[in-house]
Amino acid sequence: MKSGGSLSIWFFIGLSLLVNGILITGAGVWEIATHADNPVLSLNHHANIWWGGLLLVLGAVYCSRFSPARERARNAGNR
Amino acid sequence: MTHVPALLAASTLVHLAPVDFAIIVFYFLLVLAIGLYLKGRANTGEDFFMAGREMTAWVAGLAFLSANLGSLELMGWAGNAYKYGILAAHWYWIGAIPAMLFLALVMIPFYHICRTHSVPGYLKLRFGESSRALSAICFAFMTVLMSGINMYAMAVVMRVVLGWDIHFSIWVSSITVAVYVALGGLRSAIFNEVLQFFLIWAGALLIPILGLMEAGGWSGLKARILQNLTEQHVANPGAYTHLWSTLGDFGNNPMGINWVGIVFGLGAVISMGYWTTDFLVVQRVLSAKDLRSAKLAPIIGAAFKMMVPFIVILPGLLGLALLRDPSGHLLRLVPGDLAWSDAGRAQGLHGYDEVLPLMLARYCGPGLLGLGITALIAGFMSGMAGNVSAFATVWTYDIYGALINKHALDESKVKMGRWCTLLGVAVSIGTAYLVMQSHSIMDYVQALFSFFIAPLFGTVLLGMLWKRATPAGGFWGLLAGTMSSVGMWAWAKVDPGAVKYLALSLKAQDQAQNMFRALWCWLICVVVTIVVSFLTKPKPDAELTGLVYGLTTISHEEQVSVFQRPVFWAVIVGTVFVILQIIFW
Repeated sequence: MKSGGSLSIWFFIGLSLLVNGILITGAGVWEIATHADNPVLSLNHHANIWWGGLLLVLGAVYCSRFSPARERARNAGNR
Repeated sequence: MTHVPALLAASTLVHLAPVDFAIIVFYFLLVLAIGLYLKGRANTGEDFFMAGREMTAWVAGLAFLSANLGSLELMGWAGNAYKYGILAAHWYWIGAIPAMLFLALVMIPFYHICRTHSVPGYLKLRFGESSRALSAICFAFMTVLMSGINMYAMAVVMRVVLGWDIHFSIWVSSITVAVYVALGGLRSAIFNEVLQFFLIWAGALLIPILGLMEAGGWSGLKARILQNLTEQHVANPGAYTHLWSTLGDFGNNPMGINWVGIVFGLGAVISMGYWTTDFLVVQRVLSAKDLRSAKLAPIIGAAFKMMVPFIVILPGLLGLALLRDPSGHLLRLVPGDLAWSDAGRAQGLHGYDEVLPLMLARYCGPGLLGLGITALIAGFMSGMAGNVSAFATVWTYDIYGALINKHALDESKVKMGRWCTLLGVAVSIGTAYLVMQSHSIMDYVQALFSFFIAPLFGTVLLGMLWKRATPAGGFWGLLAGTMSSVGMWAWAKVDPGAVKYLALSLKAQDQAQNMFRALWCWLICVVVTIVVSFLTKPKPDAELTGLVYGLTTISHEEQVSVFQRPVFWAVIVGTVFVILQIIFW
């Protein structure tokens, strides 16, 4: 689905996942680096790292796959 | 629906770190940016109200589901799962999947082919102006009032969970929704709903994953629930983990309901009414680019709807099994009224509806907590945007364009739509403040909304499937069904003993009463429609082309492969639905 411009809805979703993934993974790395004493960590198996990392990778794939440049090229090819 | 008064004056459950605030702020900036980006694509009525009718099946399907996934839906049903056990999953499975598949395969062709802008618009074409006016006025006002109630409830939740000021939450969230819907219309609402759909899953999915790891899988979870409830001397604790086996009698399960109420009241009437005629969700499907996409959209929505219990019901069950107080004793959540009484607050009690935030706080550290809170905010905003965009469309086409200014130009309709969006948000805010003054208003508005949905389904269904139904039959059936629902509700309020007749048992709880009331008023609507139709003159067949089964040519799908056919995917979804019922029987 295009907006009529060059940005696909999936690009926005990729951007959201990518930024959230970076922030969450960063927070997880910070917790490990600073040996944070957070009781949640004993239950969540450092989910900040692996869940944040998953979001980051998914977001990067979506951003790349639906980037404005690729969309423009795809649209030009369809004409 | 969550018990909002129960959440008043709670202590803060979680504390956010700077990274959590960064995630929440980024979310708000992104949804506003989407609205601004799409502003230039909302210049005509078709663009503003129907998103240009160019959405793919995936986009329409995810928006269809997301508009229903409000945060209070998430928290309220997680609380119900804690209270009633896995029986709450009926509202996601038999209370949704058959209706969504029925919408896709049976009703969508008529909505799509007649090119209506709304469900009241279909009633105008099929039954005439009076039916449209009745349904449009009821729907428009109930929608914005419900939106206001949800807004207030969300603000209270934000105060309980985060300690945020209630006025701040109301104004910031509603102004954001008003800006992005007024700018980009339905297209902007849909774009944001799809984004919100992803955020809801990204933010909520960790709880069941980590919870099941802690509980030792599904069998470990069941064993812990059984042990905890047995220790608390709860009657028939096995009923909390079985979907159907305890529905033989009203007294065998915590919901006080039997299979007749679930199958016929919930599955055949209430869910059919909501998923096939509530314009809030149907509008998303009408934005699909062609008939096949429109039929696929609810099927895609159904596939994901089947998985929602994983992020809603399971956390409630995990709360039953795992939650402990700081001293290590089993934490027992209580009804909201008790939790937030002076005595309850003094003892540090928590209400049922807090189970999801409690589980969020249990597993989510900095970053993940921000994402979880963003998921709740996203849920609220997608629901509110759905209400407001549906209100703007029904008001503009079915009230303003039909009753006030019949010769309105397309340009003035778009202008009216933008103003209506702002008006809808303003009325919602006003309702939120009214509820703040008097909580009983909320119960009345919720009841009012329920009065209308079941009879509307009867009217639309007969309109689509029975060509003999006449305009007078449609109108009087709808009116009689609605009024009888009001009458039954008032009767039970005045005389609680009436429940014995209305819901077939004095043991029937609120949910069971709602199911049976819906069933009776639907039957009354259908009977009155049929009787009046036989006494009045039907429309000629030529006027019903494209509106009624048997007089509408629906394009066949032989030209596409079996994997692209909606019916193939409907069978897959239906099969998985049946398997789930057997697994959790």
